[in-house]
Amino acid sequence: MIAPHPDHPPKTFRIRVRRQDGPQAKSYWQQFDVTYRPNMNVISALQWIAAHPRTADGKQTSPVVWDCNCLEEVCGACTMLINGRARQACSALIDELMEHGSTITLEPMTKFPVVRDLFPDRSRLFNDLKKVQGWVPIDGMLDLGPGPNEPPDTQEMRYAMSRCMSCGCCLEACPQYTLTNHFLGAAPIGQARLFNAHPTGAQLKEERLVTLTGPGGVSDCGNAQNCVKACPKDVPLTEAIADIGRQATVHSIKNFFSGG
Amino acid sequence: MADSNTRVIVVGGGLAGLAAAARIAEEKVPVDLFSVVPVKRSHSVCAQGGINACTEPVRQEGFSEWDHFDETLYGGDFLNHQPPVYEMAYWAPKVIDLMDRMGVPFNRTAEGRLDRRYFGGSLFRRTHFSGASTGQQLLYALDEQVRRREAEGLITNYEFWEFLAPVLDAQGDCRGIVAQDVRSMEIRAFEAGAVVMATGGCGTIFGKSTMSVICNGAAAARCYTAGAWLGNPEMIQVHPTAIPGEDKCRLMSESARGEGGRVWVPAMRTAGGYRKPHPDAGRDPRRIPDNERWYFLEEKYPEYKNLVSRDVATREIFDMCREGYGVGGGNMVYLDITHLPDATKNKLHAILEIYEKFTGDDPRQVPMKIFPAVHYSMGGLYTVYESGEPVKFRSGVIDKLRDRMPPVLAEKLEKTRRNEQPKGLLPGSPFNMMTNIAGLYAFGEVNYQYHGATRLGANALLSCIFDGLFCGPSVVNYLKLESDRVDPDIFDRAVEAEKQKQTELLERSGGENPYELHEEIGRWMTERCTVVRDGAGMAAPHARFEEWKQRCKRVSLYDSAMWTNQNLSYTRALGDMIRYAEAIVAAAIERRESRGSHYRTDYPQREDAKFHSTSVARYDSTRDQPVIVWEPVPSPMVQPRARTYGKSQTQAAAKT
Repeated sequence: MIAPHPDHPPKTFRIRVRRQDGPQAKSYWQQFDVTYRPNMNVISALQWIAAHPRTADGKQTSPVVWDCNCLEEVCGACTMLINGRARQACSALIDELMEHGSTITLEPMTKFPVVRDLFPDRSRLFNDLKKVQGWVPIDGMLDLGPGPNEPPDTQEMRYAMSRCMSCGCCLEACPQYTLTNHFLGAAPIGQARLFNAHPTGAQLKEERLVTLTGPGGVSDCGNAQNCVKACPKDVPLTEAIADIGRQATVHSIKNFFSGG
Repeated sequence: MADSNTRVIVVGGGLAGLAAAARIAEEKVPVDLFSVVPVKRSHSVCAQGGINACTEPVRQEGFSEWDHFDETLYGGDFLNHQPPVYEMAYWAPKVIDLMDRMGVPFNRTAEGRLDRRYFGGSLFRRTHFSGASTGQQLLYALDEQVRRREAEGLITNYEFWEFLAPVLDAQGDCRGIVAQDVRSMEIRAFEAGAVVMATGGCGTIFGKSTMSVICNGAAAARCYTAGAWLGNPEMIQVHPTAIPGEDKCRLMSESARGEGGRVWVPAMRTAGGYRKPHPDAGRDPRRIPDNERWYFLEEKYPEYKNLVSRDVATREIFDMCREGYGVGGGNMVYLDITHLPDATKNKLHAILEIYEKFTGDDPRQVPMKIFPAVHYSMGGLYTVYESGEPVKFRSGVIDKLRDRMPPVLAEKLEKTRRNEQPKGLLPGSPFNMMTNIAGLYAFGEVNYQYHGATRLGANALLSCIFDGLFCGPSVVNYLKLESDRVDPDIFDRAVEAEKQKQTELLERSGGENPYELHEEIGRWMTERCTVVRDGAGMAAPHARFEEWKQRCKRVSLYDSAMWTNQNLSYTRALGDMIRYAEAIVAAAIERRESRGSHYRTDYPQREDAKFHSTSVARYDSTRDQPVIVWEPVPSPMVQPRARTYGKSQTQAAAKT
């Protein structure tokens, strides 16, 4: 158990929040002194602020707005910059953060438009899943018998890819992915690999590769490898990018020789 | 038929909502899908262990669909209606096949076939799984199919829209909904031929639970106060193994026990062979020798061992802690998987990772410390269905609509009834899982069907997907019923009413803090109305709830912005949660027996003569209170029997 202050737990700790009232508004900073309890995470600190929306200098303010749902790091909603690093607020434990200083800084993700405060608009990420056709094109939902057999090692690879919860950490960490460009980024490329590896999913492989070799596709990757380090679910993103890169090369060569 | 009558609204983007949306869209019926979070972030992602089905290899091991049906009834302590459970059990293998075709990465055997694991309430290996994040994987597969239909233009996704109310016409039939964009705060009405509620459970009424923050039951409560009934609202499942936390309790899946995990407490034997709490109960568990560990579930339930039904395991753990056996004398017991081989631990990776991230301890090395937490709502919106044998329901919604069915559809259904003689549900009947309000359906956790008084592990994912797949065509057939042209004014009026409510909310003052009030209600509900209940503990509910309602009216909002005002959404939901909570407590008081998850110390026996009945909660709008009426549960196939899970009789003596 991480408990750096067993003898002298602090009474309060400070949270610094970069706030923004709306998408067009200018951002500003507010600080809050939060009452310390053992085993807190950033979510419970934000909940405390919601219940006591008073800044450190005593001014009444509005509760901080943020996005969250499952609180167990599986839905991907509560991603924000915590001390400068994109991660989920639910699994960011206060005791752990306080080992690095008594003030914790929260900011919204920078690669997505801000809705309000720490709440980003990540609709681009979901739209990009449409671009790479991230699905298995089944005939329909009637009972047509079992799916294809799958060796355990393929299942393990696909399971690892399929744990991507569209949180956006990899995109926030990526130097090539910006607020205004069209790079797909690691997460959708990983999903393309996931579906290309499924026998029925592979029916759309060529179409996916057309997208992935086009503008914003896999060749825009600068190989910084930040994505894989930022991923909270250890999704093998660089492996996926390399694999899709190889598939794209084969696809291009095939097209070259078939005059495509 | 007007255009809007050919559309369907689905509220909720978890497994049930997505399965319904995809299935209905496949019939070329356009769907408007509403979800307060992006559907991929729905609470279904938190389901870990797996999904039950009698697939072919399980059958060859001696299991059958009938067994699945029977153990679901036994688990539910026979409070479940039998035809829907029958249909679900016999349909389950089709659900697995379909999800398999959609590319769900189910764990595989060496030959590449679907692997299975043991799970609670069964002696058979009938649970199919994808690591320890099965719900996430199933949800993603359906999310992907919905995205595909969205790209084709058949499904319109309204993400970040919150359901505020159903819109009812002069006859009381559902003709659409009012919803609010939680970012822009725009309030709008949406018209539809039918509305499917797939809004999940109500765990946050208890403050901290294993549920996600959106699982507050507010959507169900808004239907209830509009006239929809609740069925068995008092049936709330408390999961035996969760990590208590500051903001929520995090689930530690039953799969940990299904894969061989053992539950124990430190204990020592006295001279007479009796046990007593160990004086040094806070020791490093790795240094506690085996003879000072009490594997109490294994000892008390020699047949099911650690895999007894959840309510049973929960009460045993709860009792252990009350008797002083808890770790360090507190409210925790050990869930131990340290002895399992690495390959098995890898199958549990997703949950072990959660435990390690949130506690800092590695559960591969050190036994996990767990305690029960509110987990699932068996009760929910009351629904009806059609079976081979007619069933009489209190609501009368079926009788009311029968005349409106076009002859072609009536004949088609009659032919199906003749040819299939369904013991389960009549496929395609427009009444399957319809609430007492015509045109308003309830699918998934918010539907009170299937699980009776306790849900078996790995039946939730099944019932949610089954509802969407099987009853989706029922909704499509409802659109074929004759209906009057809708008066457009009802939508304007409904929007106006919601805007007025909002204005009134923003103007409230009195200094009451909504978050603190919620915490207080949650604490009260958890203490009085979960694992152990009694009449005295829940006494005088009217005064208690009246006080909370009044205080809710005195809440002061700290945020008056008309842009992404979470303070407002939260406070509005709190008022609805209080109404739902009141129905839970009212039914829990009136059910003077013990059955499944509902355990009354003052009425410890099951009383079939009086209470083999659904508690139906109706909202009395003049008194702002619930009225509970009882509807007997028929037993067309299986007669209720005693539910003991083979508890060893000699064990009572082991307690000092």
